[in-house]
Amino acid sequence: MRNAVIFQIAKTHLVSRKKQSIIASLGVTFGIGTFIILVSFMTGLNKMLDGLVIDRTPHVHIYNQILPSEQQPIEGLSSFSNAFNVINSIKPRRIQARIHNAIPIMNELKNNKEVLGVTPQVKAQVFYKSGSIEINGIIIGVDIIKEERLFNLGAYIIEGSAENLAHTENGIILGSGLAQKMSVKLGDLVQITTPLGTNMAVKIVGLFQSGLADIDNSQSYTNIKTTQKILNQSNNFITDINIKLKNLEISKEMAELIAKQFNVSAIDIKSANAQFETGTKIRNMITYAVSIALLIVAGFGIYNILNMLIYEKMNDIAILKATGFSGKDVRNIFMVQALIIGILGAILGLIIGYFVSVIIDNSPFETQALPTIKTFPVNFDYIFYVIGVVFAILTTFLAGYMPAKRASNIDPVDILRGQ
Amino acid sequence: MTDLVLKAEKINKYFYDPVKFHALKDIDISIQKGEFVSIMGKSGCGKSTLLYVLSTMDTQYEGNLYINNRLLKGLHQDELSKIRNQNIGFVFQFHYLLPEFTVLENVMLPAKKLGLKSEAEIKHDALEKLSLLGIEDQAYKISSRISGGQKQRVAIARSIINNPKIIMCDEPTGNLDSKNAQTVFDLFKKLTHEQNVSVLVVTHDHDFAKATDRIIEMEDGYVIKS
Repeated sequence: MRNAVIFQIAKTHLVSRKKQSIIASLGVTFGIGTFIILVSFMTGLNKMLDGLVIDRTPHVHIYNQILPSEQQPIEGLSSFSNAFNVINSIKPRRIQARIHNAIPIMNELKNNKEVLGVTPQVKAQVFYKSGSIEINGIIIGVDIIKEERLFNLGAYIIEGSAENLAHTENGIILGSGLAQKMSVKLGDLVQITTPLGTNMAVKIVGLFQSGLADIDNSQSYTNIKTTQKILNQSNNFITDINIKLKNLEISKEMAELIAKQFNVSAIDIKSANAQFETGTKIRNMITYAVSIALLIVAGFGIYNILNMLIYEKMNDIAILKATGFSGKDVRNIFMVQALIIGILGAILGLIIGYFVSVIIDNSPFETQALPTIKTFPVNFDYIFYVIGVVFAILTTFLAGYMPAKRASNIDPVDILRGQ
Repeated sequence: MTDLVLKAEKINKYFYDPVKFHALKDIDISIQKGEFVSIMGKSGCGKSTLLYVLSTMDTQYEGNLYINNRLLKGLHQDELSKIRNQNIGFVFQFHYLLPEFTVLENVMLPAKKLGLKSEAEIKHDALEKLSLLGIEDQAYKISSRISGGQKQRVAIARSIINNPKIIMCDEPTGNLDSKNAQTVFDLFKKLTHEQNVSVLVVTHDHDFAKATDRIIEMEDGYVIKS
């Protein structure tokens, strides 16, 4: 009952000053709306940019690192065991290119419950020949269907398809820059030569575009068997193993574990792409800083309007106090007004923010880097809407509290005598 | 003693701004149940100051104040608000209605704050008080849209909505023509005689004061006749 009367007074104050109340609400609407749009759009972009790397980068990459031997021959000699050996110009040890026991390792990893998928790769240095032109490049032999599933390779294939490669024995998916350089198109034959002198003709079944010119100008994909054939190697010749984990966060631990367990080199995605995390963090920081600044501006708007309202309502406050309303009641009357302004503004802000986000989501956006993306990326995570509302209510609460507190401390005698 | 609605003992009050000023000096007064009392005196003699002290709104005083035999010293502001809400009705010179609310809402507010009755009961009471003052036809008008005399009567209706023990008025007829002033006076008379409510009026109006049960005269902060 008592709360009802406080609510009624607050409502009457707001309704009798429609224009002011609406303007104060719009301040919050603007702040929250912009917050939603900014955060959705920025995190959408971040996600897309991260996706560029994370989607196609293995969480753990197993390979053979070329390193000097850790134990030099001299150290094995007992006659020098007490000596301090100095060896100059140590060269890396010649090691086999393939991963030792690659197939058993893969089978073991497939059974690990942290692992989402494992794909083998065979990398080979080759020359692409088209007529008299020779271009230096890399061929990666892959299990194309698995690559498509785990590392989203399909999203970058702009002509042809992954299935085409899977169904063609000597097929190749060529980098788009490479195809342009050699003036070849889908269905043409390309000659591949290895440094060892092997020659082979492969048929172009697809073109891919990663957005990174260096890769597009030199790299292409074939089936594993094709590359093994080009290299004259048997079917257990595997140079790299890519692992996708169920949880990205444990990639570092997994990489260390795998390296130790199988005596191979393994690098995790975070060590390989440290700069990306930094970029994402800074972009998020900017987004939140701008949004918070907007909300603070909205908060000052509310503060101002409530202050004005209280100044106008001095007589009312005095009379309310004289007729038995306590300081707390008066404070609550103005707090309720601040919160109504805040909540209405926030809800409208969410709605406007959502609709503008939908519009942005449907706006055309074409980029070389992402052939499959046609519109701007927007992240519709509900958590931003929750943050927006909570922050709006918090801001209006703080902005309303100070003027409301002042109103509660007004001495009615001063006002009543002053007339 | 038990019939006293209000009792003040040795009330002293000082103003400190701009210079120290002794506004009320050893005031002793008491008001009986159903008594109609007026306070008179020249401007600046302290009668309004006294009224605000007696009203519990001004707490910066020395001495003892009892309302309904309850000593008010040291009570928290919220507690005093409750006492005002329940026991004291106010009528001011400038009527002081909440301008955006209807007449009826203005009258209902103190009862809603008290929260002892349902909305429907309060509404019924408020309409009854308004008809007692002959302005029930104005009930649904916005209070800023009615005349001065009507506003003053609304203020009186509001002051009696919680059936207070005492009504305090600061120049209730100061802004009214003689006809309206007479209406207001008759009303207070009726309240004191029929409903046993005490009325304490600060006024400049000699004719008004003479017709009351008792006149308290003040000069320079002293009560010179009570």
